[in-house]
Amino acid sequence: MSKLFSGAEIVFKCLEDQDVEHIFGYPGGAVLPIYDELKNHSSIKHILVRHEQGAGHAAEGYARSSGKPGVVLVTSGPGATNVVTALTDAYMDSVPLVCISGQVPTHLIGTDAFQECDTTGITRPCTKHNWLVKDIKDLSKTLHEAFRVATTGRPGPVLVDIPKDIQFAKANYSKPKKEKKQNGKSNNRFNQNEIDELINLISKAKKPVVYTGGGVINSGPDASQSLREFIRLIGFPITSTLQGLGAFPGDDNQFIGMLGMHGTYEANNAMHDCDLLINIGARFDDRITGKIDEFSPKSKKVHIDIDPSSINKIIKVDLAIVGDVNEVLKATIKKINKKQNGFNDSNKQKIAKWWEQIQKWRTKNSLGFINSESTIKPQHAVKRLYELTKNQDTFITTEVGQHQMWAAQHYKFNKPNRWMTSGGLGTMGYGLPAAVGVQIAHPNKLVIDIAGEASILMTMQEMSTAVQYNLPIKIFILNNQYMGMVRQWQELLHEKNYSESYSEALPDFVKLADAYGCKGIKAEKPEELDMKIKEMVDHNGPVIFDCHVDPSENCFPMIPSGKPHNQMILGPNDKDENKITGKGKALV
Amino acid sequence: MVKPKSAYSIPTKKGKLDTHIFVVWVDNEAGVLARVVGLFSGRGYNIESLAVAEVDQTKNISRITIVTTGTPQVIDQIKLQLKKLVPVHKVADFKREDKKVIFKEMALLKVVGNKKKIEKCLKACKNFNPVVLDKTKLSVVIQITALRREIDKMSKKLKTLGLTSTSRTGAIAMTRGAEIFK
Repeated sequence: MSKLFSGAEIVFKCLEDQDVEHIFGYPGGAVLPIYDELKNHSSIKHILVRHEQGAGHAAEGYARSSGKPGVVLVTSGPGATNVVTALTDAYMDSVPLVCISGQVPTHLIGTDAFQECDTTGITRPCTKHNWLVKDIKDLSKTLHEAFRVATTGRPGPVLVDIPKDIQFAKANYSKPKKEKKQNGKSNNRFNQNEIDELINLISKAKKPVVYTGGGVINSGPDASQSLREFIRLIGFPITSTLQGLGAFPGDDNQFIGMLGMHGTYEANNAMHDCDLLINIGARFDDRITGKIDEFSPKSKKVHIDIDPSSINKIIKVDLAIVGDVNEVLKATIKKINKKQNGFNDSNKQKIAKWWEQIQKWRTKNSLGFINSESTIKPQHAVKRLYELTKNQDTFITTEVGQHQMWAAQHYKFNKPNRWMTSGGLGTMGYGLPAAVGVQIAHPNKLVIDIAGEASILMTMQEMSTAVQYNLPIKIFILNNQYMGMVRQWQELLHEKNYSESYSEALPDFVKLADAYGCKGIKAEKPEELDMKIKEMVDHNGPVIFDCHVDPSENCFPMIPSGKPHNQMILGPNDKDENKITGKGKALV
Repeated sequence: MVKPKSAYSIPTKKGKLDTHIFVVWVDNEAGVLARVVGLFSGRGYNIESLAVAEVDQTKNISRITIVTTGTPQVIDQIKLQLKKLVPVHKVADFKREDKKVIFKEMALLKVVGNKKKIEKCLKACKNFNPVVLDKTKLSVVIQITALRREIDKMSKKLKTLGLTSTSRTGAIAMTRGAEIFK
């Protein structure tokens, strides 16, 4: 008979066999046996967070920047409920997480025991799947299955709830079954006819646009390579969702910027006027589509997605290809190259007029803003941050709000997995813990959280984590003393009734940095910005950068509610009275 | 039109609603029904009736039959969302009007009244395979099997004849002929 292991030992044996190197967690009564076992497993490093939500977001940042599943370990009751926000966030943005939670001993389940909650019940709607392990014999199988579910098909979070008595109980350990990547739920089942139809549509299109999303990132770095090859081959303009940024180089001429509510004029107009729309790994989110009835009314629509339930959920499409983005793109490229050599040229001629139109839209310079010499404009701050960090491989996380949109608009990403932001759920407080996770995965890279002063206060406590593990994350706060996006909507939709959106009684962030034992920098004048950004980047340790920006700046362009893509509100540059002249122009 | 004060889109016109019967084969494990039902409530789909029981003891498979209404797009979504659940093996979806499928529901009807009324009741039920499960001088418990709509009608009709209590199983479904759903 083979050796018997305790439940806690089995947990670590599973993690080792799944090549887990880092777990993010917080101890408590119901997970103590697992924490006790930690010392015997030197290949797994535990990162102690300051709040379980932080553990979840850190694991998300880790997963999104490395492509590996993030692992979270929390206790029962409040430990589990605190991680719910992060699980929901990961579910919305398709991030692979494996959350292990402790539970009260099996005989106490259902008795309202101390720190008991119905963890699997609470997390059922915010995980891909979850398990309550009631028999030690099921533990190793369940944990391996958890990793499989989290990482295959459309990735997502899973949770395994392990009662304390199961952590003590003993059983055999079974290794993960070696199985083919393809399984019932991963749905990589496109066929050659669909590829042929796609190529047929591509060759006929006169006004095409490719719209890519987080699915390209989730498909792995190879998918981004395939996408680049594919786009250069067909010569189409390409736009991206918030989550897809970096899959295609942001400074490439074929890239027409982000689309959607705060997307560029050219991207949104191209979406509206196109005759062929190729959606690769995106889900027609409501921030993207605007008014559904008038969404891209004249186009044939193609949707490539690994999740069959994404097809026709919001927008009816003419051709659906269910499969892994990289596989579909590779098959398409292969077929195009095989087909005929004349295809490329004739196709590019057909769409030459369309490119002219796009160039016209581009001249609107919809991301433009009126710069100032007296106050720092937030867009300017992001632009300078980009210019001063683009020479190195930089990872950016964000919180949620105006700063997030400015970061997406003005920071150009050239590689996948460099951009971590909470898109689907829109979780304020995501960026700081996510930066912790990113820095753990990439200890020698520059990691910056572009933040707002309101968001950052939601998970501020994780600065202690950064200091404890000497993680040199840079928290770049665009401090406008408002919940800026709330304020902007109140300005546009609620007659400037700024109800409760002013950040009253803000802490002194420089002193706060000092209190946490890290460096604090404050910038208030445009002329000191560059120097101070350099100081931040050069500092070998965590930094909180308090960048005081214009409090009344709004994020443009913007598609207002219930409007289609071609009815955008543009920024002040577009209004005649604000046309910038002379000296100001040079600053834009 | 009033200017909408929201950054969300305005609801568009609803399409025609169809009634569909879903048959879902699932692993019979703890919480599986909650997953299926939670999917419906969480995404705003409605459930008209629900019938569930284990059908294969060795493989631990349960069969869930759900009657629901929705636009074609919603029906499509329900099917795809159900298929994503880990313990779900397969999902069949039938239109109520589908002639190739048998839909049946069983009901137990308790009628309290005099002999005359009870006989009237039994007579009214005669097309729906009535079985008398219990009879006293003052009451009768009748089992009938019929379509949902027919049982709806019957319970209305029998109200005046002393129907005091109705218990229904919810519809279950089976395809006609030798074919089975894969």
